[in-house]
Amino acid sequence: MSKTIITVVGKDTVGIIAKVCTYLADNQVNVEDISQTIVQGYFNMMMIVDTSGSTKPYAEMVTELDDLGDAIGVRIRCQREDIFTKMHRI
Amino acid sequence: MINILEVNETNKMIEQEKLDVRTITLGISLLDCCDADLDALNRNIYDKITRLAKDLVSTGREIELEYGIPIVNKRISVTPIALVGGRACRSPEDFVEVAKTLDKAARDMGVNFIGGYSAIVSKGMTPNEEALIRSIPAALAATERVCSSVNIGSTKTGINMDAVKLMGEIVRETAEATKENNSLGCAKLVVLCNAPDDNPFMAGAFHGVSEADAVINVGVSGPGVIKHALEGVRGENFEVLCETVKKTAFKVTRAGQLVAQEASERLGIPFGIVDLSLAPTPSVGDSVAGILEAMGLESVGAPGTTAALALLNDQVKKGGIMASSFVGGLSGAFIPVSEDQGMIDAVNRGALTIEKLEAMTCVCSVGLDMIAIPGDTPASTISGIIADEAAIGMINNKTTAVRLIPVIGKDVGETVEFGGLLGHAPVQEVNRFCCADFINRGGRIPAPVHSFKN
Repeated sequence: MSKTIITVVGKDTVGIIAKVCTYLADNQVNVEDISQTIVQGYFNMMMIVDTSGSTKPYAEMVTELDDLGDAIGVRIRCQREDIFTKMHRI
Repeated sequence: MINILEVNETNKMIEQEKLDVRTITLGISLLDCCDADLDALNRNIYDKITRLAKDLVSTGREIELEYGIPIVNKRISVTPIALVGGRACRSPEDFVEVAKTLDKAARDMGVNFIGGYSAIVSKGMTPNEEALIRSIPAALAATERVCSSVNIGSTKTGINMDAVKLMGEIVRETAEATKENNSLGCAKLVVLCNAPDDNPFMAGAFHGVSEADAVINVGVSGPGVIKHALEGVRGENFEVLCETVKKTAFKVTRAGQLVAQEASERLGIPFGIVDLSLAPTPSVGDSVAGILEAMGLESVGAPGTTAALALLNDQVKKGGIMASSFVGGLSGAFIPVSEDQGMIDAVNRGALTIEKLEAMTCVCSVGLDMIAIPGDTPASTISGIIADEAAIGMINNKTTAVRLIPVIGKDVGETVEFGGLLGHAPVQEVNRFCCADFINRGGRIPAPVHSFKN
């Protein structure tokens, strides 16, 4: 199964990574890589995760992460990696 | 491994530059639905469409959610109904019943358009085909989601001028039949030359007889993405300009190819083609006119417009062809007026006439598309415009199309609202000189000399 990319973009506040990681741990999603930058006060994080151990339907996870983002005040997107690799790799 | 910059670039394309997959179109052959009894035919058609398309919309939504890319439309195209209904339909009224069946199937499947209420009469018309064509005004007035197309010429066959004459009348009758609704029926009726069998875009989509039983075709889009990329190379030479379009088209098409393969796998229906077209929408920033203006034109329609469009069309193909294993359909830039805010603005500021649009159709993938014209335009004039476009298609070995809307009760300077993706359009002036004697000659224009390649 292909990997999933989770991106978090928004105003930097305390505990963003903790909250996202807690959600992922609760749903048996393994985080394989994290990179982050802060551009002009805006928090910008990308995680590569493996969802194959999770029993949660993919669509549900997308929606729940979106809701979690709303609660923290950031934008969280959860997308299958293929959309990026197809576009940026030949 | 993919990096954060690449991820951000893709998501910026989707969120800010309106990158989307314009349509997943499920092509369905209805040839095995033929029956001599009209009720049985309608039942067969409804059953086959609903059996094959039952998961189309939900699968589209699933892919949309998982990859985070909008898939704007899920649609269906079917075998030209003139062929399918031939045995059962003995009159135009019988064909209208088939149109109603298609409409019901589309509504029940949750798709916004179903294409294929069509006839291919490039060289001649059978009585069935003529009956279908004559039923178009009533069929489009009686249905909501059915799209109709008639192919009246090709490079191989020449132009069927009897059909051209008839279609001028049919376009007018369709306008009259739907005049309570701004002659909206004409927005769902396109007259083609060199129509492709695998076009996923409406209104000209149909499932050609060269196709398999069912197939998934995908139409990509992304004018906003190309425009944004060009804004980054202002003042650079044409080599840089062309490379930028090409690379961006590659990325846009890869997204379409991925969606097509996923949809094909999940639905268990073979992948047909990706159509590389740049399809604008009325929303700001999703405009092909905007791309041409980003190249350095004060307004689309200015001198240089045709050259700009030619290079855009060519570079989109060059970038897109490598991104997809199978390319087909119309593949190029669409230049509808009502569906592109930049085109509408250009018409309103007096920069863009029908004649300039006609020149542009020589170098892009379609034709005179979604243009509102005065409601009193004679049928012969509409036929003349159709003949001109067909001649461009026939001579240049390309698809051309005419989707004109003679808006009953409206004249030049007024605006007409079609709603949704169909947008709104200023009524444009049409050349008032008469071509009736030319159109009334009857017969056909022979195929051009360069079509004889055997």
